[in-house]
Amino acid sequence: MTVAATPLRILIGKVGLDGHDRGVKLVARALRDAGIEIIYTGLHQSPEQIVATAIQEDVQAIGLSIHSGAHNSLFPRILGLLREQGAGDIVLFGGGIIPDEDVPRLKAAGVQMLFRPATPMHDIVDFVNGLRIER
Amino acid sequence: MAKQLEAGDVRAVARVISWLENRDPAGAAVLAHCAPSPKGAFVIGVTGYPGTGKSTLIDQLIMAYRDLGAKVGVLAVDVSSPVTGGALLGDRIRMQRHADDPQVFIRSMATRGQKGGLAGATRQAAQVLEAAGYGVILIETVGVGQNELDVMHVVHTVIAVVAPGLGDDIQAMKAGLLEIADIVVVNKGDRDGADTTLRDLREWCKTVIRTVAVKGEGIAELIAVIAEHERWRDLDRPQLHKRRGPSLDRRSRAGSSSG
Repeated sequence: MTVAATPLRILIGKVGLDGHDRGVKLVARALRDAGIEIIYTGLHQSPEQIVATAIQEDVQAIGLSIHSGAHNSLFPRILGLLREQGAGDIVLFGGGIIPDEDVPRLKAAGVQMLFRPATPMHDIVDFVNGLRIER
Repeated sequence: MAKQLEAGDVRAVARVISWLENRDPAGAAVLAHCAPSPKGAFVIGVTGYPGTGKSTLIDQLIMAYRDLGAKVGVLAVDVSSPVTGGALLGDRIRMQRHADDPQVFIRSMATRGQKGGLAGATRQAAQVLEAAGYGVILIETVGVGQNELDVMHVVHTVIAVVAPGLGDDIQAMKAGLLEIADIVVVNKGDRDGADTTLRDLREWCKTVIRTVAVKGEGIAELIAVIAEHERWRDLDRPQLHKRRGPSLDRRSRAGSSSG
């Protein structure tokens, strides 16, 4: 049995009106295979649902897939709710169709990493494994 | 931390459960400092074969108990990979409409190598929820076979969920899952074969309910039957105690750090 004593717990899901879940499922599966406990919320979550879930599940990080173009409102809204609820220590990262010009602003707002199309899967796995050290 | 827990602080509840899952002694220490709650929680186990609708049924039970004014805690157990230790915990997808209800707490737990259908820390996590004032606690096991029955030692009422078409009357006579169930639910009860399954099970199991969880059908009847079973428990029947014992009292809380 190679079960680590304390596996990372990561929330993976999709937020808002966005039904494109092929990518997020692949990421969830790859992280599972990397020994991580994934709490998968599925589609159409509100920022409030995501933050409440992250707190109840005591996750180290939230990874959200957004293909709807609403990233500039959804990511900051979730960061705001996390801080309001005393959970600003939970890392937020994301992926999806996010134009170059939006990336610096989102990172400045507190999104730790954004993975865009053609990112190798091991980059995502390496990033998430790196969170183990920070806490 | 025990004070925050007893005040119902959600972050405290979540963190103490993590400590217990990680076998961090801080978790058991917090539990030891919690006063026993005067009334105690009512703990219901939902078990059954994979894909029969356990999570959807729990979603409906959350709604029903919220309508009755209860604060509801859910522990949903899914399997850890024996190869990597990773897990995809997806039970709560069916329950997400309750995610931002402050009177509902849902926690996914991975088995982390534990056999028997629960995680090693599930009983202690239920104690945490009880200490935090959750009056109804619903525990969803992994999708089980016939022989993963640990839930019977942790809850007051065991509900076994089956679906139509999974076997004949001989299956209904076998030992194991159906034997330990207080209530058998035939979910997806609008499907072909449901009448036969109900008839076969009713020959051998004392309480069998038909539900269609996605439509909310049969839930009111199920709630009534659970309540009846809870009253029956109050009669203090010796054979019940022999079988199961009081699940969340102080005695089982003492020295329970090993899970």
